[in-house]
Amino acid sequence: MQIKTMATYAANGETPEILFWVGCAGSFDQRAQKITKAFATILDKTGVQFAILGKEESCTGDPARRAGNEFIFQMMAQNNIQLLNMYGVKKIVTACPHCFNILKNEYPALGGNYEVIHHTTFLQSLIDEGKIRMKEGGAFKGKKITYHDSCYLGRGNNIYEAPRKVLETLDAELVEMKRCRSKGLCCGAGGAQMFKEEEKGNTRINFERGREAVDTGASVIAANCPFCMTMLTDGVKETGKEDEVKVLDIAELIAMNME
Amino acid sequence: MRIVQELLFIIAFSVAVYLFSTKVRQIRRNILLGRDEDLNDHPDLRWKNVLLLAFGQKKMFRNPMVAVLHFFVYAGFIIINLEILEIILDGILGTHRVFVSVLGSLYPVLIGAFEVLAVLVILGCAIFLIRRNILKLRRFISKDLDGWPRSDANYILITEIVLMTLFLTMNTADQQMQLRGSAHYVTTGPFLITGSLAPLFSGLSDGTLVGLERGGWWLHILGVLAFLNYLPYSKHLHIILAFPNAYFASLEPMGEMENMPAVQREVQLMLQPELAASEPAPEGIPKFGAKDVSDLSWKNLLDAYSCTECGRCSAACPANLTGKTLSPRKIMMDTRDRLEEVGRNINANGTFTDDGKTLLRNYITEEELRACTTCNACVQECPVSISPLDIILQLRRHLVMEESSAPTEWTGMFSNIENNMAPWKFSMDDRDKWAEEMNQ
Ligand code: SF4
Ligand code: SF4
Repeated sequence: MQIKTMATYAANGETPEILFWVGCAGSFDQRAQKITKAFATILDKTGVQFAILGKEESCTGDPARRAGNEFIFQMMAQNNIQLLNMYGVKKIVTACPHCFNILKNEYPALGGNYEVIHHTTFLQSLIDEGKIRMKEGGAFKGKKITYHDSCYLGRGNNIYEAPRKVLETLDAELVEMKRCRSKGLCCGAGGAQMFKEEEKGNTRINFERGREAVDTGASVIAANCPFCMTMLTDGVKETGKEDEVKVLDIAELIAMNME
Repeated sequence: MRIVQELLFIIAFSVAVYLFSTKVRQIRRNILLGRDEDLNDHPDLRWKNVLLLAFGQKKMFRNPMVAVLHFFVYAGFIIINLEILEIILDGILGTHRVFVSVLGSLYPVLIGAFEVLAVLVILGCAIFLIRRNILKLRRFISKDLDGWPRSDANYILITEIVLMTLFLTMNTADQQMQLRGSAHYVTTGPFLITGSLAPLFSGLSDGTLVGLERGGWWLHILGVLAFLNYLPYSKHLHIILAFPNAYFASLEPMGEMENMPAVQREVQLMLQPELAASEPAPEGIPKFGAKDVSDLSWKNLLDAYSCTECGRCSAACPANLTGKTLSPRKIMMDTRDRLEEVGRNINANGTFTDDGKTLLRNYITEEELRACTTCNACVQECPVSISPLDIILQLRRHLVMEESSAPTEWTGMFSNIENNMAPWKFSMDDRDKWAEEMNQ
């Protein structure tokens, strides 16, 4: 497989169909890199012409902005927008709900206007178009899967159904946690919490959520966010069920079961 | 005698209205201490929110049982105001049931419907009292409500029960007097509920009945006038402010955080200094984020006055659920308390005189602010379209940008972003390592 950058496309005087915005977690975090690779594989297999920014990509500024540091956010955002506009980017797909939210909702005020799609929605459209076909009796047939709504996709942007529709194609049994959809419980990572210790409390948010997910009896917890991935994995570990219960991104689940 | 009654009524009514409007003006002034924010776009969508969220109580129906009970109390409250209109007219004109002549046979039907509502209000309030004081739901026993807020909620419920009971007593006595053919008591036909209660009073003398009827009438209307003046000091103000608050509710996706044009401009000039010459310099030193109530926007302050202290936000807050000090309800209550304090300061001194206090620290601690995951659960749950998150984020901006106060891990994260373009200390060159691995 050959993953090309926007710069390569531009050098040939071409523009790809979409830009795959990888995000910092997807680029550097070892676990999240697997999600990135799974999604890139799906794009490649379905023949979607895509590019990444590669070394030119920078943090969107989300954690800085949410922590209160607007200066750093503006610096990142304005640089990114200059770059995106220079390449004439129209359509962006990303596997991170934080990148999705900020690119879609917050960059326009700074002059960055793009069609931004979260990878779960994009996967759903690929399935609807018949570009993704699943193996007969895939690895998850009949197994219990529970889906964790990330705050920035769910409540933040009202996307609850697309990820569930994608999961339905796995032929698995979808079980909901007690707190799901708009009542979903945060994994504990948002608002720059990922980058510091939690404040003093009775327990950690991800332990609470991990327990709730394990309580469904599902063998797979499906996530849509690299930060939720880290938090839930730790949460499951806390319950001692890490051998029976796997946390996987929706892109990974699809990549494993595609024909 | 009649003229004395009329006079007394007019005095009581005028005093109540005067006091109420004075307080309302103060609240309005307090709200307008907030920063300007233009929330008048898309009137169609905004009216839709008023219909759905305020009249329709859409968010309340996330919990259908409670929603139905609350709906009774709310509908009772709104509709019984029509009844109160009659009482006021009777009081001023010295008439008795002035609407009978206008409404004719519709009159008893209408009053009957009010009576049904009155009974439902009593029922609803009784159940709410039980939920608050006996069942002790987590969000009602929280320490956010210690002291006045807890009594406030109980006072309101008890007052409503008393007012409705007075209304029913007055009508029952009236019905009995009608049965006796008293000239003063206009024949209306039986009312749905008190029509059947009237026989209970058959043993009483005319004098006692008139006493009950007049007593019920006076206590009912005086109670309503007192309640009117209690409203602005209570969480019950939401019955009025829920409406404007729904109109001015944010229309943006919940995930979106407000831009800061002042910082945008500064960074722009830094990145493209050539623009500096053509740009006019901004007036004064801009403040970043909020430290006190006057730094928040007027919508945040309207939010504070609209909060019902129901605690649905805190019950859904992941930080609160896991025992952190953060409680979005407390954020709203603190904002209101501080704003009231600033208001009293202005009443006393003419303008705000520094009292050495601020919303940040004297009311809300850094620890509370730090614990928020910006998950929006509080915003989602709030039945009155309040955003505690918006206030939290503005206070965080103040902490970080004005005071450089951030946990060390965050300071590290900021410098990583600034230097390595990622929140972690990785080399920029490794950003596409995964792709190189795939390309091999
Ligand atoms: S946004 Fe913050 S305050 Fe609101 S529920 Fe989430 S963590 Fe709690
Ligand atoms: S902010 Fe909203 S949800 Fe929270 S206590 Fe106030 S009214 Fe209830």
